[in-house]
Amino acid sequence: MNAPAPRRLIRPGTLIIYGVLGLFGVITLLPFLWMLCAALKTKEEFFASQFLPHGHGLFGVAWDQLTLVQFKRLFTELALPRALLNSIFLASVGSVVATLFCAMGGYGLSKFRFRGRETLTFTILGTVVLPVALLLSPRFETLFHLGLVNRYLGVFLPAFAPAFGLYLFRQAMLNSVPNDILESARLDGCGEIRIFFQIVLPIVRPMVSAFLIITFIGLWNDYITPQIILQSPELQPLSVAITNLKGLHTDDYGLIMAGTLVSITPVMGLFFLLQREFISGLTSGAVKG
Amino acid sequence: MKNSRLHSSWTPWLFLAPFLLTFGAFIAWPAVRSLMLSFEQTFGPRTTAFVGLANFRFLIHDPYFWTAVWNTLLFTIAAVLVQIPAALGLALLLNRSDLRGRRFFRLVFFAPSVVGLAFVAIIFSMLFEKRTGLINGTLHSLFPAWDPDFPWLDQYVMPSLILAQLWLSAGFYMVYFLAALQTVPSELLDAANIDGASAWQRFRHVTVPEIRPVLNLITLLVVIGSFQFFELPYLLYHETYGNGPENKALSIVTYLYQTGFRSGDLGYASAIGWVLTLVLVGLALLQRQLTKREEA
Repeated sequence: MNAPAPRRLIRPGTLIIYGVLGLFGVITLLPFLWMLCAALKTKEEFFASQFLPHGHGLFGVAWDQLTLVQFKRLFTELALPRALLNSIFLASVGSVVATLFCAMGGYGLSKFRFRGRETLTFTILGTVVLPVALLLSPRFETLFHLGLVNRYLGVFLPAFAPAFGLYLFRQAMLNSVPNDILESARLDGCGEIRIFFQIVLPIVRPMVSAFLIITFIGLWNDYITPQIILQSPELQPLSVAITNLKGLHTDDYGLIMAGTLVSITPVMGLFFLLQREFISGLTSGAVKG
Repeated sequence: MKNSRLHSSWTPWLFLAPFLLTFGAFIAWPAVRSLMLSFEQTFGPRTTAFVGLANFRFLIHDPYFWTAVWNTLLFTIAAVLVQIPAALGLALLLNRSDLRGRRFFRLVFFAPSVVGLAFVAIIFSMLFEKRTGLINGTLHSLFPAWDPDFPWLDQYVMPSLILAQLWLSAGFYMVYFLAALQTVPSELLDAANIDGASAWQRFRHVTVPEIRPVLNLITLLVVIGSFQFFELPYLLYHETYGNGPENKALSIVTYLYQTGFRSGDLGYASAIGWVLTLVLVGLALLQRQLTKREEA
């Protein structure tokens, strides 16, 4: 792909492109930087300076004015640690089970023939256009009858069957799992469950890791479902907890920014570590490479 | 695949069962139930009556619904005109073989996409603040004539929402365009270059036709996503339950949510949702037809 650069010197055109990319890059990152600065300042200092507090330290910044007091308040006075644990629990269990369900379902749809297979695939995929808000009240009704309101299972169950996950695994398996391998494994007397876990899953491993990250981040960020289902504050994840925090401490900017920072840092870190899997998983369904 | 009877006929169902059971109970059944509800009127939690098309008839004369439709359409049009060119532009800038640090820039532009909407709403509610917010502060220090009390959220509702959404999703769609651009054969572009085609002509007559399927798909995704616009305006204008000043932030799905969860009128909420669904299905089918015609 990469042709050797025709000239060693950077051309002026390229320089302009770096300039434009740099400018947009700074604009994109500025909100994060601003948030970090706000989280490190006291309430009074927040109004006095745009980014870091002005003073006589290095680069004209009053470094000694920076404080971790907002983070300390979050972790001692407020119930943030519990919300953080709730988010980790909801996102990790939810993403593992959803990935398993989708991989199994995708296998069933792609590597077996049965009547009504195409209709089933099309119907499931078609539900993607349904607005989530439309399903919320009837779903709440069902969960209420099952006694699952205000329980983690009430958030988990609807998240276990994402239609587009089933579709992604179906596509991945159609493209990369050869039928011969399955046939010969069966001839060797290998059980169906073992075939799935020991042959099929390892082949689509890139999709497994990609989908794990995609659903983890999706569940971590979900606000509306936990907001409706989990009414007890000690069960709520960060998305709900921080939104409520903002309602209660409206002008406590530093505190709210610190809370938001704590909420987005884990998924940011995960994304930085696994960006290749994440992005290839997202685009795999759309772009034929 | 030949159906060699090495596995029994219930094997696929064994693998499909966990997905289908949860899907059936929490997606398919609620969808059917909401369709039934859209023909009913709800009086309190236990009493409902079949009212035929009354909910849909009421919809036609409901000024709030039309306000929501207008706001949603405005947002959708702006999203298509702003987000797609921005995403494609970033992808074109990054898609150069002599560019160093491409992965770094891709990471930077994509980063906002992993921030949840609840957190984006909190961040932007502060960025848009009158005197203390980053946006007015920066604009005022760059251009002293800029009013540091510029009322973003109070008076410029739609531009604020579009700006927040742009920050959030330009990098997300960029990734798709970047993947598509890398499938454009460089020989084609080189040949056009030798034939004396300008950069714009190469883009218009070589690149665009090559990435057309992805361009169509992304346009459809942006349109469907924008029609379902909800969490961002709802949370950014949380105090007014998503209405915003003079109902300028009210979207169709926000109205659906308010009707169902705040007013408890599940029948009317379902009717709103199903009208929206039918429009989205129509748009998806239209897009399929257009794609087919282009391929033929």
